[in-house]
Amino acid sequence: MTGEVLSISRLSDGVFDLRVGIALNAPAPGRFVHVAVSGFALRRPVSLCGYKDGIARLVLAVKGRGTAALAEMKPGERIDMLGALGNGFPPPLGKTLLVGGGIGLPPLLYYAGTYPGAHAIAGFRSPEQAVLAEEFPSVEVCFGDDYPHKRIKPGFDRVLACGPRPMLKAVAGVCARLAIPCFVSAEERMACGVGACLVCACAVGGRYRRVCKDGPVFDALDVDWSEFSPAET
Amino acid sequence: MVDLSVSVAGLAMKNPLVAVSGCFGFGREYDELFDIAILGGICVKGLTLVPREGNPPPRAAETPGGMLNSIGLQNPGIETFLRDELPFLRKKNIAVIANISGGSAEEYGEVARLTGDAVDMLEVNISCPNLNAHGVNFANDPRAAAGVTEAVKKSAKVPVCVKLSPNVTDITAVALACKDAGADALSLINTLVGMRIDTETRRPVLRMNTGGLSGPAVFPVALRCVWQVSAAAGLPVIGMGGVSGGLDAAEMMMAGASAVGIGTVLFQDPAAPERILRELTDWCSRHGEKRVSDLTGSVEAY
Repeated sequence: MTGEVLSISRLSDGVFDLRVGIALNAPAPGRFVHVAVSGFALRRPVSLCGYKDGIARLVLAVKGRGTAALAEMKPGERIDMLGALGNGFPPPLGKTLLVGGGIGLPPLLYYAGTYPGAHAIAGFRSPEQAVLAEEFPSVEVCFGDDYPHKRIKPGFDRVLACGPRPMLKAVAGVCARLAIPCFVSAEERMACGVGACLVCACAVGGRYRRVCKDGPVFDALDVDWSEFSPAET
Repeated sequence: MVDLSVSVAGLAMKNPLVAVSGCFGFGREYDELFDIAILGGICVKGLTLVPREGNPPPRAAETPGGMLNSIGLQNPGIETFLRDELPFLRKKNIAVIANISGGSAEEYGEVARLTGDAVDMLEVNISCPNLNAHGVNFANDPRAAAGVTEAVKKSAKVPVCVKLSPNVTDITAVALACKDAGADALSLINTLVGMRIDTETRRPVLRMNTGGLSGPAVFPVALRCVWQVSAAAGLPVIGMGGVSGGLDAAEMMMAGASAVGIGTVLFQDPAAPERILRELTDWCSRHGEKRVSDLTGSVEAY
C-alpha cells in the first residue's frame, strides 16, 4: 500500500522521525512495516513507533544506503510499505517493564502510548544519542556501560525488550534469574517480510523461526542466545 | 484478447508466469496478499528426503540490482510437504512443480518416488549454491548431472525438469547431458555465486561467506543462458533470473523460454505477478500477438 510522507525531522545524528499518512492493516506495538526504497531490491523492515488517526510514525537510524535514501524523503512524496506485519508484543499483564536500547526504543514507545502504566528503562551509548526517552510517561535513562539490564529490579510481572542482540541477551538473562516473563523483539536481515523466503531465520526453541512471520517478538526463554545455530549443533 | 496459455513438456498452464523455488515458500504467505491462482504455476521451496534447518544467519545481503541469499534448503522434508502443504496448493487452479534436492543420485530418486504423481512436474535442483554440507554440486559436471537426471527419471511419474546453474564454463554441455539422460524440460538459471564484505568488521555479510545472487542484476546472464540452452538442447525451458517486468518476460520467451519464473521481484513488489501479466498482455496486444506462446524462441539473432 502507498502512503504520503507528511513530515520528516532529525532527532539526533543519524536518527530521523518520519510521519506517513497511510491506512495500515492492524497496526500494533511490536508489529512492523516493510518499507520499499526506490532503486533497492529489498524493503526495509521498520517497527512502528506509533499509529494514530491514519498516521504512522517511524523512527529509524541511517544504517546504510537504503535508510539514507529514506532519510532524504520530503513531505508530499509517496512511500510504499507493507503492513503491519509480524507478531507484536503481548498486552500488559500486571506491572510491565519496557527495556530499550538505542534505536530499539520506537516500538516500546508505541507500547507505552497504547497501554498506560508501564515503566521504561532506556539505554544509550551517550547522551547525544538519546532519542524518544523524554516521550515515555515513566522512564529512567542510562548511558554507556550503565547498561539497562543492570537496572532491572524484582517486582515486575512482565518485561518487554527491544534493542541490540547483546542487550537482549543480557536482559533475558536477568529476567530468567528473577523469574520475570520476558519478550524480546528480534532483528535479522529480511527479504520478503511475509514468511515465504526464510531469509530472516532466528534460532528459537531449537529450530529456525522466521523473524517476519513467527516474530519479531519471541518469548526470551525460547530464543537460542548462544553463538551456535541449529544447523551447527 | 491474448491467449496467455502455455505448455511445458505437456504441462499446461493458463499463463507463463511461475513463482520460482525459494522465493514463494509453499504459496500460503503470498496467498494472503493476492490470489496465487493468478500465476500459471508455482515451484515450491526446495524439498529434501529429510527435513533441513538450513544455514545460520545472516542469510541475505543486498547488492546493486539484487541480493545474495544462503538459505541452505531449509525445508520440512518431502513427506511433510506432501501431507501438510500440498493439499492447500491442490485447491488452487495452479500448476504445482516440486523442486527436489538430494545428497546423491539415489536420494534424488527416492524423493521423486515418494512424490509420485502428487504434483504436476518435478524440478530437479542440481544447482543450489548453498549446499556445502552435501559437498557436491551436480550441476558443475555433465556426467553427475546426467546421473541425477537418470535416477529421477527412473522413479518419476510426472515430467522432469532439471534446473541448471550458470556457475559453469559451458552450460550447454550440462543441458545436453541432462537431455540425453531423459530430462523433459530445463529450468534456468539458478543463482550466481557471489559475496559481500562488511568493511567495518572485515567479515562477510553472509554467515556462510558466499551466497547466490538474484535480481535484475542477473537478468542478462539468465537471458543469455536461456538463449544458448534452448537453441542447443531443443527442450522446453522455464526461463528465470531477474525478471522484473512484462518486457523482461517477453525477452525471456523470445530467447527461447516456454514459461517464465519470477522470484526476487516479489520482495520489492508483491503485486508483481499481476503487473507482469498485464504488461506482457499489453505488449502482445500492441504487437498483434494472439498467443503468448508464439513468442517462444522468436528472437531473430544475428
